[in-house]
Amino acid sequence: MIVNELTSSVKGFIKSFGLPRVIIGLFLLLLFVTAPFVGVNVGTSLSDTLNRFGMNAVMVLAMVPMIHSGCGLNFGLPLGIIAGLLGATISLQVNIPGPMSFVLAILFATPFAVVLGWGYGQLLNRVKGGEMMIATYVGFSSVAFMCIMWLLLPFSNPTMVWGYSGRGLRTTISTEGYYLHVLNDFLSIRLTSHLVIPTGMILFFAVLAFIIWAFLHTKTGTAMTAVGSNPVFARASGINVDRVRTLSVIMSTWLGAMGILVYQQSFGFIQLYMGPFYMALPAVSAILIGGASVNKASILNVIVGTFLFQGIVTMTPSVMNSMIHTDMSEVIRIVVSNGMILYALTRKTEAVR
Amino acid sequence: MTLQMTKTQKLLRFLANNTVPILFLIICAFGIPLSGYSANYLVSEILVRIVRNSFLIISLLIPILAGMGLNFGMTLGAMAGQIGLIFITDWGIVGIPGMLLAMIISTPISILLGWWCGKILNMARGREMVTSYIIGFFMNGIYQLIVLYGMGVVIPVRSNSLLLPRGYGIRNTVNLIGIRKSLDNLLTIRVFGISIPLVSFLVIAMLCLFILWFKKTKLGQDMRSVGQDMEVARAAGIRVEHTRIISIIISTVFAGYGMILYLQNIGTLNTYNSHMQIGMFSVAALLVGGATVAKANIRNVFLGVILFHLMFIVSPMAGKNLIGQAQLGEYFRVFVSYGVITISLVLYEVRKKRDQAQVGLALASEQEAGA
Repeated sequence: MIVNELTSSVKGFIKSFGLPRVIIGLFLLLLFVTAPFVGVNVGTSLSDTLNRFGMNAVMVLAMVPMIHSGCGLNFGLPLGIIAGLLGATISLQVNIPGPMSFVLAILFATPFAVVLGWGYGQLLNRVKGGEMMIATYVGFSSVAFMCIMWLLLPFSNPTMVWGYSGRGLRTTISTEGYYLHVLNDFLSIRLTSHLVIPTGMILFFAVLAFIIWAFLHTKTGTAMTAVGSNPVFARASGINVDRVRTLSVIMSTWLGAMGILVYQQSFGFIQLYMGPFYMALPAVSAILIGGASVNKASILNVIVGTFLFQGIVTMTPSVMNSMIHTDMSEVIRIVVSNGMILYALTRKTEAVR
Repeated sequence: MTLQMTKTQKLLRFLANNTVPILFLIICAFGIPLSGYSANYLVSEILVRIVRNSFLIISLLIPILAGMGLNFGMTLGAMAGQIGLIFITDWGIVGIPGMLLAMIISTPISILLGWWCGKILNMARGREMVTSYIIGFFMNGIYQLIVLYGMGVVIPVRSNSLLLPRGYGIRNTVNLIGIRKSLDNLLTIRVFGISIPLVSFLVIAMLCLFILWFKKTKLGQDMRSVGQDMEVARAAGIRVEHTRIISIIISTVFAGYGMILYLQNIGTLNTYNSHMQIGMFSVAALLVGGATVAKANIRNVFLGVILFHLMFIVSPMAGKNLIGQAQLGEYFRVFVSYGVITISLVLYEVRKKRDQAQVGLALASEQEAGA
């Protein structure tokens, strides 16, 4: 009897949480448990995971508004990243050292994100139903276009341009002396010699996440959810569907821009040219691992998903390496992240449009 | 009664329907003089590209017929072809027999992968393209698992020139000297100093004939009706899911053969990159030729190969002569490849809406006339 009850409750739990999530969660748990036995420091691993969580969480958050308004998974994240890169490079060009440069980068990135997001939103409104594929290619072509621009734009700060010709931006630019670790070191807590909590970075994410959460509970936010779940009904109740969708795309693009700035300040480098090319896929699969579907996502999905995904990405190389002396982590990452996207795309959860 | 269209409307419609090829003609018209290449060089290069790529691009046609859009999952076939090539290189079988054996090895793998891909695409109806695109990435992971970690451990591979120094896993580049140009050089004629590989062209011509014949068969007609309206086709007694899976299997098998032909022309295999690029380039070339997500034929393939690769050949040189940086031309052609796919996809969706509106207008005017 008890066994029966137990299995049924376990089944219910698995059903509500989703089988892939349970498997990935157990896998991560297994990694953390085996880590000390193969000589990997759990404190360092946890600290790394938290750090990566902070680096990527904002970019995963950028998925939420577009999923809510029914625009699907934001494979066009590179567009937002480009707005962030423009903000970052212009901030470095203005050449004000220290934390102020981070504020400047946010300020410069915002108009680009709004304008690009507006245009991108207009485009997506014209291609309803085929958003995801087009978003992917909008991301790719904008990255390729910016490759040309990085070569041609008249930047002149010697830390950014190629040394010998004095023209054209480098492929990677160090943020040292500007906003390296401004958020990481803000109020950071050192628990042990290995375990450091990057409070500032997580706080920054928390603030943005709270704003999005609060926004989704305002009148406009509710309208956005309505548009996502049933556009015909939304139109009938007097919501301007196209405007709400455009707003959601602008928000996603802006969050993408913020996401890359947070990433850079922790990573230490601005990656230009083909750098942003494949950045959408990890973010997309992270939110899906967190339990989101193609048309439904919450802030909790973002937090759970980013933690699970980044946990696996951090833990597999170190644990695998010490266990079997081969680094299979790249393969595991590819299979897990794309498998997760495939799983979500084949669910029949979406309302027929 | 239908709505009458004026001459300007017709012209506009023609331009709108052929935006991408026209855009490309303009780019090439500017690029060719800027690059400074001779006509002879360009023609011989284009011939090489036609031999190399058209088989792969033709493999995309059948899923389009079945209404499944551009099959980005053709990378699966490419992987199967590469696995075949790795084996024959290990066994040291050269020339035409080697190629044939590689094809034979690739076929069951392609069929299996195609069947699996078709199954998944049936579960993701309405978003086949993005799903097939992700399937390509997913299988790339599995492919790496097999080739980088499995070969030499589980799957016997003996040749030391293939294996990484650590004793298992295939090297980043595999030299296909044994089958290099074996089909192309079988029988060539020279016209104005340009050598034309007759056998390769014959193979491609036969594939074209096969496609034309296939469209007329019962299965081909079934696919066409599935592509037009799944529900109507189902009502007519066609096994929709089955037909769709078959179309993907055919595409995957051809993509595998196409990859073998492609690599015998190039002569080296980039074990972990070749298949990933090929999907994007083939799709872009087909779209440049004026194909859409829903409609493509053999004319689009050849026009596409010529225009797309003309741009590819001239743009680095044109970039160098124009601004002094060859790198700029490189980025430009990447941008154009992706831009073309974006524009075609957007135009297709917009056109679909426009046609729906047109049908609505026609219906309204008909009803008015009736009243």
